[in-house]
Amino acid sequence: MTPSIRKAAVGIFAATFALAVTGSTIVPAVAADPGVSDTEIILGGSHPFSGPASAYGNIGKGIGVYFDYINDHGGINGRKIKWIDKDDGYSPPQAVQIAHQLVEQEHVFAMFDTLGTAVNTAIRPYLNQNGVPQLFVATGATTWGKDYKQYPWTIGWQPDYQAEAILYAQDIVRNHPKAKIAVLYQNDDYGEDYNAGLKKGLGKNQSMIVKMASYETSDPSVSSQISTLKASGADTFLIFATPKFAIQAMVIAAQQSWHPLTYLNNVSNAIPYMNAAMKAAGPSAVNGIITTIYLKDPANHARYAGDAAMKLYAQMMDKYMPGADKDDGNYLYGVSIAYTMCDVLRKAGKDLTRKKVMDIATHLNETDNPWAYPGVVVRTSPTFRYPITQMIAAKWLGTDWSPTGILVDTRSMMTTAEK
Amino acid sequence: MHDLAQQIVSGLATGSIFASVALALVLIYRAMGIINFAQGEMAMFTTYIAWQLVQLGLPIWAAFAVTMVIAFVGGVMLERIVIRPVERAPELTVVIVTLGLFITFNGLAGWFWGYVVKSFPTPFPTSPIQIGGLDFSSQDLGIIVVSLITLSLITLFFQKTKLGLAMRAAALYPEQSRVLGIRVGWMLALGWGLAAVVGAVAGIMVAPVVFLDPNMMQSVIVYAFASAVLGGIESPIGAVVGGLILGVVLNLLGTYVEAVGNELRLAAALAIIVAVLVIKPSGLFGRAKVQRV
Amino acid sequence: MAAASTGRYVRVGIAIAVIAILPWIVPSFAVFDLIFVGAYAIGILGLIVLTGMNGQISLGHGAFMALGGYVVAVFAHALGWPYWASLPLAALASGALGIVIGLVALRLAGVYLALATFSLAVATPSFLKHYKSITGGFGGISLDSVTTPHGIPLDPERWLYYVTWAVAGVAFLVTALLVQGRLGRALRALRDNPVAAVSFGVNPYFYKTLAFAWSAVLAGVAGAFFAIATAYVSPDTFTFALSITLLIGAVLGGIMSFWGAIVGAIVIEFLPLVAQQINAGAPSVVYGVTLILVMLFVPDGIVGGVVRLIRRLAGLPRQPPAFESSIPPAAPIAVDQPSRE
Repeated sequence: MTPSIRKAAVGIFAATFALAVTGSTIVPAVAADPGVSDTEIILGGSHPFSGPASAYGNIGKGIGVYFDYINDHGGINGRKIKWIDKDDGYSPPQAVQIAHQLVEQEHVFAMFDTLGTAVNTAIRPYLNQNGVPQLFVATGATTWGKDYKQYPWTIGWQPDYQAEAILYAQDIVRNHPKAKIAVLYQNDDYGEDYNAGLKKGLGKNQSMIVKMASYETSDPSVSSQISTLKASGADTFLIFATPKFAIQAMVIAAQQSWHPLTYLNNVSNAIPYMNAAMKAAGPSAVNGIITTIYLKDPANHARYAGDAAMKLYAQMMDKYMPGADKDDGNYLYGVSIAYTMCDVLRKAGKDLTRKKVMDIATHLNETDNPWAYPGVVVRTSPTFRYPITQMIAAKWLGTDWSPTGILVDTRSMMTTAEK
Repeated sequence: MHDLAQQIVSGLATGSIFASVALALVLIYRAMGIINFAQGEMAMFTTYIAWQLVQLGLPIWAAFAVTMVIAFVGGVMLERIVIRPVERAPELTVVIVTLGLFITFNGLAGWFWGYVVKSFPTPFPTSPIQIGGLDFSSQDLGIIVVSLITLSLITLFFQKTKLGLAMRAAALYPEQSRVLGIRVGWMLALGWGLAAVVGAVAGIMVAPVVFLDPNMMQSVIVYAFASAVLGGIESPIGAVVGGLILGVVLNLLGTYVEAVGNELRLAAALAIIVAVLVIKPSGLFGRAKVQRV
Repeated sequence: MAAASTGRYVRVGIAIAVIAILPWIVPSFAVFDLIFVGAYAIGILGLIVLTGMNGQISLGHGAFMALGGYVVAVFAHALGWPYWASLPLAALASGALGIVIGLVALRLAGVYLALATFSLAVATPSFLKHYKSITGGFGGISLDSVTTPHGIPLDPERWLYYVTWAVAGVAFLVTALLVQGRLGRALRALRDNPVAAVSFGVNPYFYKTLAFAWSAVLAGVAGAFFAIATAYVSPDTFTFALSITLLIGAVLGGIMSFWGAIVGAIVIEFLPLVAQQINAGAPSVVYGVTLILVMLFVPDGIVGGVVRLIRRLAGLPRQPPAFESSIPPAAPIAVDQPSRE
């Protein structure tokens, strides 16, 4: 044997030997839950910090701000929170790899606020198989509340998209029974969920819908869709779109002299977006538009001038993320959802286990979230997993959203699992 | 009939967006023979600079003028620092470098200015215009007009000025140009500078319509490529005409042809690119080249 | 000649040994990442044949990955086929599509081909969403996780790792056999001097289409493993970013070298993670700048750079960057000059 061949042979032999000896290496189920020590709790997150959905990365950053604040004020039952948030680029394979890393390398106690329907769908089986809580996912898709029997370790947080659409539908049926409805929707699961809710809410009045037009996130502009919708003769317009396209829709409708009664989904209702539309096409583009609200808007300085919670939010942002754009509602969403997370952890007490945390998360009755719209509660039960179901309708009058009517609870309309 | 006309108008509006970016693409291609995949992101980045200047208090036109200068200088520097070292490298290397620029500019914009969608000031009036019962936005008309003006200026420059002639010579016959005393390297840099300026103009025109965010050009760039290919990748006129045609055709296809719908609009653009490249690679306005094996 | 091939066998042997031991010395989550490295390596190998050896630039191989991934997913989900059965089907389907695209590509070259394939990549998610009755639309298709077959004492992750790398090994072997001798020479000749090649009787249509088809087969297999490892496919999985990432991996690794496929795969898998460590606020900036710097300083890829470094350390005479050819430009570019002005 020449030296080089011998080297190769040794290598292969060693590999085979190692294989045989250490054969079955299923990681044994740990006795104590990982991610918890006397001094810290490790939580894992996966957000888009690169790629087209990067705007939502700020939710993860907002969470970091709140956790920093909590840690500086004694932590939770004496433990500090360690927040490990990674960039998944909104890509399911990357998110799955990150989930593996967080669970197997960082030994996180739970995954928290993972973002995006596709991402969460991809990591859900792995997390559930391994008994890792997938808490308060950042998407309003119906499946988190509907499919809990199959995936008991997963739970959502924000109002379900369908619920929001149902609310709009009921408003139309009640107050505008002769309306002719046009819908602009994003062509993905997000838009489809809204459409499903709209149809459900309209019930036997579905024929009120005269035209639906979709757009792709790769479209530069929705002007063609707006032309189509206007041409249908509709007098009521539902915008199920993400911010950029929602702004375009409002602007182009005004430019085409089309002024229907307009409903705007709450993902796109932040004041900076409304201002952008107003600047581009004048007040007629935005006045009278109806939306729903469930969180306080950090850009609404007038309404929340004296609000202690919003003052605290501003202070936290100034201290832990100086220079960031505090008006960005994504940061506020992060702070608010982090509050719920800490609420759950605190209630679990000193003896912190995953099972206990899931138990508490499914018996939640949080009435004091400082950044939720007044009156909105975060409430769950083991068979009802839509934590936030209340919204209030609001109408845009001049410079901000004016709440109209009362807080509506869509609890009874939610799709729960079949008995 | 009215609806059809309105859809055509919409198509022209979108098409003008494509046209303005396609112009910048064509410029670089003429100067260097490469496709700059980062063109859209460079345009977006310079648009953010304009936005920032306006935020700092500059009046709109001053901000635009300063941005043009910054864009020009930036383009020249980019060519000298990043592109020059790989001028002699195979095409592939240059493609990767421009892709790297794409990723970098996109990341920088997001890092500096965040991802919240912003409105962008427009010098044109915001009220809609009606011509013959059809709705136009002054912005869309403005984009078409500005693109045509830019096109004319570019054509004049290349056809009628000494500098333009030197640039064309440097691109086509570098060796002979050097013999004649033309500084080929700087001509290429100039080409990049000009393309950057045209890109900045495109971005500034387009931002009021699509709204400003770091990813605003990504939906445009593919269609801009298609426009440039359709019109002839070496022809500035082709870029504009190609863009307008593409906008209208895609609009009509998407609205009236069920099989395409809105979903396959992008795929339709792809089909058009491929069809043009296969049938007449030089596009509508280009000159046919000798077909290689 | 004998010394050279022994040297190669040694290198390959060491590589095999390292790949075999790796899952036992790295942490378990890293094994999962290495599965993706294996999948990427297979895909990049295809680009090395197509772009490195045959000079056709493709920015659209993510489309073939999508096809391979979805074939496996659809057959598993709708028809209950086991993965090992649908894998060959994925390869065949991608190969078929590769022939089609390859035929179209015959008419294109250089930057035009890059543009056309780029458009294919961009349009892929649209196609996937449109045919929702087959593909599940934007919701995607969830798959069962891989389980280790009876009697094999490995956990599922390590099992999938070995399967992936075994298939990669087969792919490398078959590709090496394909491109040695006549076929490889034909591909390279068509890249370097098509006119001369044709006048020597090389049939460009056949070889160029073959290169495309084979690279598509490899990309399809890579996509299949993506689907299996993630246990989920959706249009979001196969955006144009994937096509670009694949090409970046090929070029960074070294587009002329089979080893470049593995090195490139490692880079594209782990560079984003490293970028996040360096700057969590803007990982893309780090990624993009790294890309540019590597191209400026090591234009023939990491493998080429390492080889030259080793040669220099060993005192061997310097060799210029390994561009045995240049890929024919579609338009005039400044020809090699001894000095600029």
